[in-house]
Amino acid sequence: MTRYILRRLISAIPVLFGISVIVFAIMALIPGDPATAILGSFATPENVARLNEDLGLDKPLIQQYFIWLGNMLQGDFGRSFNLNRPVLDEVLERFNATLVLAGTSFVLCSVLGIVAGVVSAANQYGPADKAITFVVLLGISIPSFFLGMMMILTFAVNLRLFPASGMWPIFGDRDLWALLRHLTLPALALSVVATGVIARLARSAMLEVLRQDFIRTARAKGVPERGVIWRHALRAAMVSIIPVLGIQAGFVLSGAVYIEVVFQWPGIGRMLVDAILRRDILLVQGGVVFVAACYVFFNIVVDVAQSLLDPRIKT
Amino acid sequence: MSFLKLLARNRLALGGLVVMGIVVLLALLTPILPLKPPNITDTGNRFLPPFSDGALLGTDHLGRDLLSRLMWGTRLSLAVGFAAALVAASIGAAIGIVAGYYGGRTDNVIMRGVDMLMAFPYILLALAIVAALGPGLMNALIAVAAVNIPFFARNIRGITVGIAHKEFVDAARLSGMSDARIILTEILPNVVPVIVIAMSTTVGWMILETAGLSFLGLGSQPPVADLGSMLGEARSALITNPHSSIVPGVMILIIVMAINLLGDGIRDALDPRLKSGALNRPLPATLVAPTRQPESQQNEGILTLDNLQTQFHVKDRVYRAVGGVTLSVKPGECLGIIGESGSGKSVTALSVMGLVASPPGLITGGSVHYRGEDLVGAPYRKLRTLRGREVAYIFQDPLATLHPLYRVGDQLIEAIRVHRAISREEGRKKAIELLEAVRIPNAASRVNDYPHEMSGGMRQRVGIAMALANDPEVIIADEPTTALDVTVQAQILSLLDDLRRERGLAIVFITHDFGVVGQLCDRVAVMYAGRIVEEGPTRAILDAPRHPYTAGLMACVPELGGGRRRLEAIPGLPPAVDDLPPGCAFAPRCDRATEACRAGEITLDRAGDRALRCIHPVEPQEAAR
Amino acid sequence: MTTPALRLEGLSKTFPLGRTLFGPERPGVRAVHPVTLDVMPGETLGIVGESGCGKSTLARMLVGLLEPTTGTIEIEGAALDNADPAVFGKRIQYVFQDPISSLNPRKTIRQIMDAPLKLLHGMDAAQRRARIAEIFETVSLREEFLDRYPHEFSGGQAQRIGIARALAAEARILILDEPVSALDVSVQAQVLNLLADLKARLGLTYLFISHDLAVVEAVSDRIAVLYFGSVVELGRAEDIFRAPRHPYTKLLADSAPVVGRPLTAPEAKETELPDPLNPPTGCAFRARCPRASERCAAEVPMLAEDAKGQAAACFHPLGG
Repeated sequence: MTRYILRRLISAIPVLFGISVIVFAIMALIPGDPATAILGSFATPENVARLNEDLGLDKPLIQQYFIWLGNMLQGDFGRSFNLNRPVLDEVLERFNATLVLAGTSFVLCSVLGIVAGVVSAANQYGPADKAITFVVLLGISIPSFFLGMMMILTFAVNLRLFPASGMWPIFGDRDLWALLRHLTLPALALSVVATGVIARLARSAMLEVLRQDFIRTARAKGVPERGVIWRHALRAAMVSIIPVLGIQAGFVLSGAVYIEVVFQWPGIGRMLVDAILRRDILLVQGGVVFVAACYVFFNIVVDVAQSLLDPRIKT
Repeated sequence: MSFLKLLARNRLALGGLVVMGIVVLLALLTPILPLKPPNITDTGNRFLPPFSDGALLGTDHLGRDLLSRLMWGTRLSLAVGFAAALVAASIGAAIGIVAGYYGGRTDNVIMRGVDMLMAFPYILLALAIVAALGPGLMNALIAVAAVNIPFFARNIRGITVGIAHKEFVDAARLSGMSDARIILTEILPNVVPVIVIAMSTTVGWMILETAGLSFLGLGSQPPVADLGSMLGEARSALITNPHSSIVPGVMILIIVMAINLLGDGIRDALDPRLKSGALNRPLPATLVAPTRQPESQQNEGILTLDNLQTQFHVKDRVYRAVGGVTLSVKPGECLGIIGESGSGKSVTALSVMGLVASPPGLITGGSVHYRGEDLVGAPYRKLRTLRGREVAYIFQDPLATLHPLYRVGDQLIEAIRVHRAISREEGRKKAIELLEAVRIPNAASRVNDYPHEMSGGMRQRVGIAMALANDPEVIIADEPTTALDVTVQAQILSLLDDLRRERGLAIVFITHDFGVVGQLCDRVAVMYAGRIVEEGPTRAILDAPRHPYTAGLMACVPELGGGRRRLEAIPGLPPAVDDLPPGCAFAPRCDRATEACRAGEITLDRAGDRALRCIHPVEPQEAAR
Repeated sequence: MTTPALRLEGLSKTFPLGRTLFGPERPGVRAVHPVTLDVMPGETLGIVGESGCGKSTLARMLVGLLEPTTGTIEIEGAALDNADPAVFGKRIQYVFQDPISSLNPRKTIRQIMDAPLKLLHGMDAAQRRARIAEIFETVSLREEFLDRYPHEFSGGQAQRIGIARALAAEARILILDEPVSALDVSVQAQVLNLLADLKARLGLTYLFISHDLAVVEAVSDRIAVLYFGSVVELGRAEDIFRAPRHPYTKLLADSAPVVGRPLTAPEAKETELPDPLNPPTGCAFRARCPRASERCAAEVPMLAEDAKGQAAACFHPLGG
């Protein structure tokens, strides 16, 4: 198992390398002089000269890339001129907030989605199945940003149950309770789509598994139906559900961008959108590379979980 | 055109189609509809509520008519969403087909690239593209399409790999086709339905994504608006004037929901597995028709089947898989049931403990008596306690019938623990004993193996051990050696024979092989088209078959040691059990058949220890010829 | 001496395993050890063996669907080393095991039949129509089937269509890879008899591959027994199972269920096939063999004929 984890970690190196190349290549598409583009309104001749020196922007692209990569590997993601602070500091701070929101949503959508899918499949064509199917369809059809807005309108403005925006109260203690109250609406809004996708997949995976021969064997042994569903079928269905959880984590992270904007959550998604609109190129570059790298490691965790579940995967 | 028919049968999909039709039609007609210009500001009339004069849906923060903006916005959103889907699907499918068909290095390089792109949470890539190209609807379209290409490529590649390894592709190659021609005429027609399904289930998603980018201010730029940017602009007035948010939001919801309903309908109509109802969840026990007439026990035996009838109801067709079977097995006896595929022998066996997949299976008549008690229609709880404890099964393919993710020891322990409480150590000890009983070498270490770590023969031994776990009275073995090689088959058969003599088991052995029956079974029943046509002691039947089908089947199967020869063939095909002829089902293939054979029901007549369903039986002296 | 219709010389196949990240490069899995065989014109050579013995790999190499690792294939004296499937197609054809999956579900039977006539023989539409009618007559299929799709046929009919397609290429050698094992028992004999008729009428040469000893025995002139990728015995069909020389052939013959023979395990030990990733030294069968000696572990036995021309790859053959 240690060998397998090690192998997966090593195989992440080319992926991370590829990610940096892709991000760098996309950013190289920006028309005009790069230093001027990065500095925007801060483009005084001194600033341009200093940036050209730091990032080697007057050198060929390949050399620029390796300078950029070398800097990043040393923890230097450059400096945001708009915010006047190092990119990495800003990214780390914002990423924390995103992690709280996206992590909660991810746990929520995994558990709810799988349970809904299993219940739905176990009662195929029954009332529970029909109800779940309808709710799920609604969930995957509603834009999460619109849902978030409607939740603010209903639960924050009209019913006054939860705060409408932010991560912490402006006045008062920053305790867990305050965080939970602020987290509830955005986390729910964010998890709805992924819950729907996971529930649909879990349902079809369960239906697929339930007609396998080994389910008939379990029944022939006299295993009670609850054991057939939750022990035999779900375990086998998890083999096709877990990879989708990995993909859905990416979708939750993506959806967080909208939810952060709608709920004024101080996360990295909102940071990126602002940075794009302000053309803060280095902040976009650094933020994208950082989040993508984290996602790569998350997917390794998913793969390891999969190999623990399925002994047929060679470790 | 069965596709449209199937789609129309799905009411939800039809609803989605109608809604989409209306939306698309309105979007197409928008330029000629009498609408106010969408982008003319009129700040005097800002935030008019819905149903105001001259503004049916009200106006927005600049006093622009919301209805007009909604129509124009819908037009734009639909166009961009569909365009993105089309671009992503074409490029993704092309990449996927090339990678999947050529395989090897090409595949490796392409899929590595795709994996790289999929290593991004999709919006990061989209944001990066928009950041580089600058905000704008066209750039948002490019970003959304680019981000979705990897999903299509991976999906289509998987399908293509499956098709490229089908035998018809090899056959096409041997017919002299070039790679390009094979891709175009053999692969593509089989992949297109998958592309259509993938597209129809992702168009909605793409509309959402482009709307999302516009919502963030990165898509369509003012004054032109698609649905997403309408929502984005209205957000600042969400609390004071919610209608300007709700109007575009609900429109997106309606469009995406209609597309999703339609997409699901298309998927179901194109996915052949759903046509046959194969994706039905089998219930814990086979359904029993309320009209079933129970039968009293007709023969002696620990397990008896009395005029058992099992059918499959698929759509409007009725398949009479088992058409009234009466059988019995006594303690210590081995009864063979022999027949071709489709003769109903397996369904008969599975009906005993209610294991026929249901729906579509349905027991429509007769009874199964175990120790005098009717199991058909018995409550599930009762059936469950008998399964595995009194009547156990051994199935055909031991790889598919063992749970792939549990150790064989754990599966054995579970088989015991569902019927009586024992500790884990005790269970483990018992599991090892069972593995030793079926002569698995090194049982103490193999108990920790997963099924895929064993060979076919060893797996089938585990299957047998599992059947023995609770010392059942009856074992039903459904073609247990058909998937095995001949040398392994010999080992398994002799094991079964020893076990039944040691433990006094009653065995019902289902097979299509006369050689196996001849070696293992005391009595044999021959099935054809869901009914028993002949039954009796094995020796007597094999020496002197009376039914023309039995005689014909025996003659057309070569037996080892006969040397090179021409085989006797039975003409024609076995009948379809949804369309059985009146009278003898074998009559159309039988050279002895007369009018009387086709006229009506032929009964199974018992004489001594033999039974026969034929009015023109083969005479013993003829068979000896 | 006549030229053999088909000659294989030292034909072998090794599947590479790829290399691990840390470990050294692994040797491949040897699916077929070098095989040398002659098939005479008009002969049916049966190839029999259990799953994993390499019989399908061998067959796929013969029709160019797999590249051999070593060795050559000669057809009627001419080397067949061209990788172009169209060249292969005209000289040697293949009948597949699963008749339904060997027909493209989205093409009509006519489209399927047209392909070899158009691409291998360049016939125009009228010629093709006439030729298809002729072939269908030969395999007793009705012409009205031509405009239907494969799913409308039963296994037996689909296999006749598969045979018709192979005939359309006008190759004189047919590789029959388990042609009846997917069919119903009562239909198998129909197809086997059809194959026998076609051979007699068209002067074809067959390589008949099967796991079913009795079927192979009933249709073949000579039989080669494959074990773990090697031919272990080769002899006349009527002798090979009656008087086997290789202990494995004897085990096969004793294992086949035969009415009236008492049920005894022909093997005392509960053993199975060797691990292809870790092949044994010497004779692959020695772990299961009651006659194995030290020599069997040290050397690989070669095929050697006895006085009657029955060849066995064994140091301690039976009856010798």
